[in-house]
Amino acid sequence: MQDVNWTALSVFVVLFALITWLGFAAAHWRKGDLDQLHEWGLGGRRFGTIITWFLIGGDLYTAYTFIAVPALAFGAGALAFFAVPYTIVIYPILFLVFPRLWYVCHKHGYITAGDFVRGRFGNRWLALAVTITGIVSTMPYIALQLVGIQVVVGGLGISGTDLPLIIAFVILAAFTYSSGLRAPASIAVVKDILIYITAFAAVVVIPIQLGGFEKIFAAVPAQKLLLATPGANTTGAYSAYATLALGSALALFLYPHSLTGILSASSGHAIRRNAALLPGYSFMLGLLALVGFFAIAAGVANLPEYAAGFKQFGNNFAVPALILHSFPSWFVGIAFAAIGIGALVPAAIMSIAAANLYTRNIHREFINSAPTDKQEAQMAKWVSLIVKFGALVFILFVPTQYAIQLQLLGGIWIIQTLPAVMLGAYTRWFNDWALLIGWLVGTVAGTAMAAAANLTPTFPLALWGYTFPGYTALYTVILNLALAIMLTPVFNAIRAQSSIDETIAADYHA
Amino acid sequence: MNDTEQMRGGWSWWYLLFVVQFVFAVWPPLYNSATPAWIGIPFFYWFQLALVLVGAVLTAIVYFAVKE
Repeated sequence: MQDVNWTALSVFVVLFALITWLGFAAAHWRKGDLDQLHEWGLGGRRFGTIITWFLIGGDLYTAYTFIAVPALAFGAGALAFFAVPYTIVIYPILFLVFPRLWYVCHKHGYITAGDFVRGRFGNRWLALAVTITGIVSTMPYIALQLVGIQVVVGGLGISGTDLPLIIAFVILAAFTYSSGLRAPASIAVVKDILIYITAFAAVVVIPIQLGGFEKIFAAVPAQKLLLATPGANTTGAYSAYATLALGSALALFLYPHSLTGILSASSGHAIRRNAALLPGYSFMLGLLALVGFFAIAAGVANLPEYAAGFKQFGNNFAVPALILHSFPSWFVGIAFAAIGIGALVPAAIMSIAAANLYTRNIHREFINSAPTDKQEAQMAKWVSLIVKFGALVFILFVPTQYAIQLQLLGGIWIIQTLPAVMLGAYTRWFNDWALLIGWLVGTVAGTAMAAAANLTPTFPLALWGYTFPGYTALYTVILNLALAIMLTPVFNAIRAQSSIDETIAADYHA
Repeated sequence: MNDTEQMRGGWSWWYLLFVVQFVFAVWPPLYNSATPAWIGIPFFYWFQLALVLVGAVLTAIVYFAVKE
């Protein structure tokens, strides 16, 4: 690999030191009693519109996204742009469904999806299913954030040691433990400013260097430039593209870290305003996807100085290589710090979200049903450490490819909680046992279909002589929902007494 | 139903604006074309980027319309 880039490394270290200080100082920001779980794990539900914008933005548009989406454009072309319709479709969902969930969670002191399902459907096993799905889907996601750090550290010219990753992890673990959600919320502001600077510099400076967009797109092979037009008897790339966008959008806000970000907002209005403001990040993500094409046009894959990086990280090295190729060292430091810090924010929120789930919906539900506030908060702090440690071990000892495949499966698993969580915010019509069976069948079928498709996200569904390639998550959640609808009247008929709903209609709005 | 009740989780016709961005976003045959290009960017790319902005504006319109 190339020599250590000392200028870039110095800028990188200074910025990392800054956010480390910020992460610890955040404990005193909008001070609350951090011995209470909702203070540690939801920042006391006090974040207004602007902090929520930074927090959810930093939470959803992760470092891995900024590496992987351009990498997909670099490798596969137009298909990578599904990230754009995906992030268009999420905001109507955020606007319509999640203020309702915010109100009911605020009213009853729920801090996780498991809490809500437990209260709404009165079924601890359904709540457990939602909880375990949340934790299992989140773990590989945290691991992937650490991959983002690995890639930029490699780009700085440091190779043959895992020490930088371990240092970053220790910093992350320490400030999350001491400051809770306030740490990623404050760091997100710095990180996002750095990311916006980097993105706009990349989109303005690099095309000028490369001689304009016309030349860039001329360098992209024709078969990568557009989606392949479907052949006879198949919906081809069109249905793959559309279902990937739609299915990913439906899954996104079901992830525990998304819900943690949403529930930490100070009001339902703050969430609605953010549905109109967060597309700022979608726009940037779209621009960054184009950076994958810039990397093709710049021909970084054929430059000998980046050969080692591509060998180690594959297409994920496309963006770091292009940044190294196009910018002076000091700016490389800023850009890489943006990506590295960009990994810490979601990793912190994800570990907090997983810790909240374990503490509330497993430990409190099945092990110690009457903890003091302090015990509960302490438990969550320890679990957040364990979760991060698990992700670190995973990334250090297991090939990255497994983390990517598990994260893919995570999307298929988490979407199976949609009927209970998202539709549950609207209706109590479903029977809890019917939902549980729908979840089980959806999860098993989704896993089997993904395995049959060699762990790629799309499955070639064949019906009536036609083939509909599409995102497995979307197909299986439809199966899940159909089962829940069919079985609800059956279970209602055989069980005389239905489970208790502790929420009322008025809990779901202002 | 009066206005306050509408805001409180009831249906609003303004929500139909969401359908616009939704349908356009998930219908790739509509925009899977290289032309017309804009400053050298193929239609496929600039159309979807523009749709992000349109979606944000429509969401803002719904927000203000439903808020009253």
